[in-house]
Amino acid sequence: MKLTDLPDSHGHFGPYGGIFVAETLMAALEELRVEYDKARQDPAFMAEFEYELKHYVGRPSPVYHAKRLSEQYGGAQIYLKREDLNHTGAHKINNTIGQALLARRMGKKRVIAETGAGQHGVASATVAARYGMECVVYMGAEDVIRQAPNVFRMKLLGATVVPVSSGSKTLKDALNEAMRDWVTNVESTFYILGTAAGPHPYPMLVRDFQCVIGRECLTQMPELAGRQPDAVIACVGGGSNAIGIFHPYIPHEKVRLIGVEAGGSGIASGKHAAPLSAGSPGVLHGFRSYLMQDENGQIIETHSVSAGLDYPGVGPEHSWLKDAGRAEYVAINDDEAMAAFHDLCRFEGIIPALESSHAVAQAKKLAPTLKKDQIILVNLSGRGDKDINTVAKVSGITL
Amino acid sequence: MSRIGQTFIALKAHNKKALITFITAGDPGKGLTVPLMHALVEAGADIIELGVPFSDPMADGPVIQRASERALANKVGLKDVLAMTADFRKNNTTTPVVLMGYANPVERMGYQTFAQAAKAAGVDGVLTVDIPPEESHGVADVFKAAGLDPIFLLSPTTPESRVEQVAAVASGFMYYVSLKGVTGSAALDTDEVSRKIATIRRHCDLPMGVGFGIRDAATAEAVARIADAVVVGSRIVNEIENASENELIGRVKALVQDLRRGVDAASK
Ligand SMILES: Cc1ncc(COP(=O)(O)O)c(C=O)c1O
Repeated sequence: MKLTDLPDSHGHFGPYGGIFVAETLMAALEELRVEYDKARQDPAFMAEFEYELKHYVGRPSPVYHAKRLSEQYGGAQIYLKREDLNHTGAHKINNTIGQALLARRMGKKRVIAETGAGQHGVASATVAARYGMECVVYMGAEDVIRQAPNVFRMKLLGATVVPVSSGSKTLKDALNEAMRDWVTNVESTFYILGTAAGPHPYPMLVRDFQCVIGRECLTQMPELAGRQPDAVIACVGGGSNAIGIFHPYIPHEKVRLIGVEAGGSGIASGKHAAPLSAGSPGVLHGFRSYLMQDENGQIIETHSVSAGLDYPGVGPEHSWLKDAGRAEYVAINDDEAMAAFHDLCRFEGIIPALESSHAVAQAKKLAPTLKKDQIILVNLSGRGDKDINTVAKVSGITL
Repeated sequence: MSRIGQTFIALKAHNKKALITFITAGDPGKGLTVPLMHALVEAGADIIELGVPFSDPMADGPVIQRASERALANKVGLKDVLAMTADFRKNNTTTPVVLMGYANPVERMGYQTFAQAAKAAGVDGVLTVDIPPEESHGVADVFKAAGLDPIFLLSPTTPESRVEQVAAVASGFMYYVSLKGVTGSAALDTDEVSRKIATIRRHCDLPMGVGFGIRDAATAEAVARIADAVVVGSRIVNEIENASENELIGRVKALVQDLRRGVDAASK
């Protein structure tokens, strides 16, 4: 069996993935699985998806040789896959277009979404406006405050934003609440899940929609650099931008795949969001994967300066790639991510998302250990406009 | 035969329907769960469902979410729930206890270890909300081998073609969730439920419990006319939330006695 043949027909990546939901959602997930299976084999559906990516999102996104940054970090050449240049400012839109087209195909006029940083919420609100659907976005009350500009953007786009005050008031609680909405309105509603996690078939279909990132790199890297990279680095929240760039590279065995989790205040402090680096397998939000949990199996609170990485679980395919040894996972702390954020601003004139800054920070560590003619490809998953309030606050500046 | 099976047979012999009552273990206090369990039995409950607190109760509405949060604040975990059941068994060896919760705490303990510990503590059935038959693989078998009844849900969205598949792994009783939605949702259409139950009975001969949306004697009576068991959760948890500690037992008993009258009225 090849690593890329997964998941199996029940959504399993080895021991991970699966469908761990209450009975009420089983029929809806089966309907989605069947419909997606038809859609992906339907040339008209795929042609429309590609048309939208090209003309609405602005794909292909460029790959950019960050020469000044490479020089500064001293060592390997750093290339950036510019997902920050997509419409709405992150990779999230690749997935929401795919799912909105599925929703339309299934005759659902109402879409719901969960969001952490607000990027997936904005991308969902955007496609709902684009296709004329009602949109409700669940967002942790804490994140509503942290990501105020994105809340306003969603409202401008016509979405209803519902702050979630249960549990830790962040992304995981927003996901719980979106699931509860879906259970209640399952017949009229399509749940646009924002990352490569959740019950089958979500991890698979989100990955498939995001794989456009890696496929473009496969042709862009030889054009620009004359060859494929030595290492591909991406940040990992739920894991969608990472799996999108990793997956097409899995068969290219010489290419190292490095996922970067949020180390928060440091793994040793316990205040982080790094289940692959410091968690253990368990079941949450409809799938089995590495999780942050205590000895009683309760999910523990996560910490990260970046709302989009502040999640206690991770998509099941990453757990599988970790165990299989095909990808490596490391953690980058808040302060390291913040330093990389400023580096990219100053040396390249690019303001990156705090999530993506974690990937840049890992490149900063790796580059000096490699030779000057080696290549690191970093997935710059989003732009940092949404984060300027957070960065100002961390720097002690009032805007 | 399991305590659950025996309970349904005994009730049937007396032409009665079962009243199943749910509380969250550790809510409102660690030491109050066992007294509450005895009070439920004294007031007329036939089976007790004991909620295992979980940090992310995805299938529950606000009332049971809050109960779970209170229990977690009291530091109650799966091991404590087993200890409470063992304590309850010191004075009650007949009333079945069903643990209801989510997969992860059980997964963390290990299915085998949990099954043996649960049996030893006097647990009779286990309902893990987020383990459907498709994922139950060995789990249901491990439970059965330990002498526990694995209990499963059916819902208004369950296609008829699936009922047999669920019935094949389930034992004890079948739990029909009468509404699309989370626990604590309102409005229950008994005609609709009645039609659905008739369909299910064609594929499943386990006793049928119906839950979600039952809040008083009248709804309990209506459901008892069409099902073998009436399951009440959020309404009781709501009473617990609103009662002060010294009125707690009295208020819960009064409520359950009222529900019992409703259930019994259906058999007259
Ligand atoms: C720019 C950006 N990158 C990364 C992420 C993390 O998500 P994922 O791991 O699914 O790519 C987010 C999530 O909000 C994001 O906004």
